[in-house]
Amino acid sequence: MDQPRVIVIGAGPSGVRCAQTLVAAGIRPTLIEEGRRDGGQIYRRQPESFTRSYQTLYGDTASRAQSLHSDFDALKSQIDYRPETLAWNIVDRTVYAVKSGLSTPLPFDALVVCAGATDRLMPIPGWDFAGTYSLGGAQIALKAQACSIGRQVVFMGTGPLLYLVAAQYVAAGATVVAVLDTSPFTLRVGALPKLLAQPAALAKGVGLVAALKRARVPLHSGVTLIEIAGTAQDGVQGVVFEDSKGVRHRVVCDAVGLGYHLRPETQLADLARCEFEFHADRRLWMPKVDGMGRSSVKGVYLAGDSARVLGADAAEASGRLAAFAVLQDQGRTVPADQVQATERTLTRIRRFQAGLNQAFPWPHAQAAALPDHAVVCRCENVTAGELRHVVHQMGAQEANRAKAFSRVGMGRCQGRYCGVAGAEIIAQASGVPVELVGRLRGQAPIKPMTIAVEDPA
Amino acid sequence: MNARFYRLAETDRTPIELLIDGKPIFALQGDTLLVALLSGSRHVRVSEFGDTTRAGFCLMGACQDCWVWTESGDRLRACSTQAESGMSLLTSQPEGSWISPV
Repeated sequence: MDQPRVIVIGAGPSGVRCAQTLVAAGIRPTLIEEGRRDGGQIYRRQPESFTRSYQTLYGDTASRAQSLHSDFDALKSQIDYRPETLAWNIVDRTVYAVKSGLSTPLPFDALVVCAGATDRLMPIPGWDFAGTYSLGGAQIALKAQACSIGRQVVFMGTGPLLYLVAAQYVAAGATVVAVLDTSPFTLRVGALPKLLAQPAALAKGVGLVAALKRARVPLHSGVTLIEIAGTAQDGVQGVVFEDSKGVRHRVVCDAVGLGYHLRPETQLADLARCEFEFHADRRLWMPKVDGMGRSSVKGVYLAGDSARVLGADAAEASGRLAAFAVLQDQGRTVPADQVQATERTLTRIRRFQAGLNQAFPWPHAQAAALPDHAVVCRCENVTAGELRHVVHQMGAQEANRAKAFSRVGMGRCQGRYCGVAGAEIIAQASGVPVELVGRLRGQAPIKPMTIAVEDPA
Repeated sequence: MNARFYRLAETDRTPIELLIDGKPIFALQGDTLLVALLSGSRHVRVSEFGDTTRAGFCLMGACQDCWVWTESGDRLRACSTQAESGMSLLTSQPEGSWISPV
């Protein structure tokens, strides 16, 4: 029997576990990875010339990171591995992959997209100053390069990553001058029953906060973030916020790590014409998937954070499940006990993650309340006022129409960092629920690339 | 204070030298271009849509805030490109580079 042509996109936890499961079933998948090395963002591998231990780099997830890396190293010779390659388009069951300026069409029978996630951002006046980084970016500076993003760092936004990155910075010897959480502390108490679905993960979160307190890092929850202060030339100089009692504070700093959980990277699912659905609990559009990762398009599967943002352990589980789904759909038998055990793991994680969303909600009202002078699109310096103008004056109440008129979502990042908050601003300005605003459609190429690309086809 | 990024560990690597806008800078083997730039500078570039300086944002190749150019006009993301000894880079786009000779 001919082997099916299976392509996996992304060599993070879900992509590696997916490829491994396929190889175990006798399939040699093509694995496309945009980065230099495997591991994804969460288990990103430091450059070869670095010497920090797994324990230093990954803390209590060291053994998971090590296992993923060593399993991948063993897998490499059994797959068609294509690092530093961008899957930039999908048309007619063909992935277009570009490496060093050369685009290659790769036809597939099955495609598993494991594209991961990026930080979900809420604009704030001054976030366009040099020295503001996404929380994930701040973590990468430390993990992949052993650097702090500044001498005096404020971490702010909300979500578990806020406390994790702050604690990692403190442990590495950086100065964290404040952690500012937009979520009120009381919400965490209400979320406890769900968070207890994963007691170890809950204990880890409590431990992170305790470590920050021991280091005497000021922690504020329930804050309203007012602005990042600074100058056009020198960048970030401080943060202004109101605490939960409404008292205004100014913290001096030269760097800010900002983020509100993650958002899935869905451009490839879009290009593969997968259907999307609105998730009211997260106020995010996500592609439709069944319990094993089948999308609405036959032969296209979605796993890891690019399908549902559930974190690294869930990514490994959903990568395996998507591989099992591919195998099933190819008419092969799959080990039912392994499928069931993996599904049970995912169910627990989903409950825990629902608790995290309850404890650390996306503060959408803050997007709606952004002052007109706040930059929404960092790429092209388009303000909230300009976006509201196209809603009020040009009747653009749909995300893609507002993008065409205002250019919010049309710049270098292609809407990754402005799209979610932009939709909230449009919704508030036009007085409709955010789901009616829709979502920015993914466009090829999914990242900017040179026009000198040759297509040998 | 003429740096934005501060090294916390891994400083015992081989030093390398590269040129940014014609001026020599020193970095360490294994640095990304962004780290090489920001260990000796407060920013990478000035926004083409305003007067604010920029210094990267996502560090994972998603935001495209940290573009720099080779002398032949090839565009690189500083956050995801390794610095190598002898590189010569420009922080603004060289004129006419959009017509890349094949």
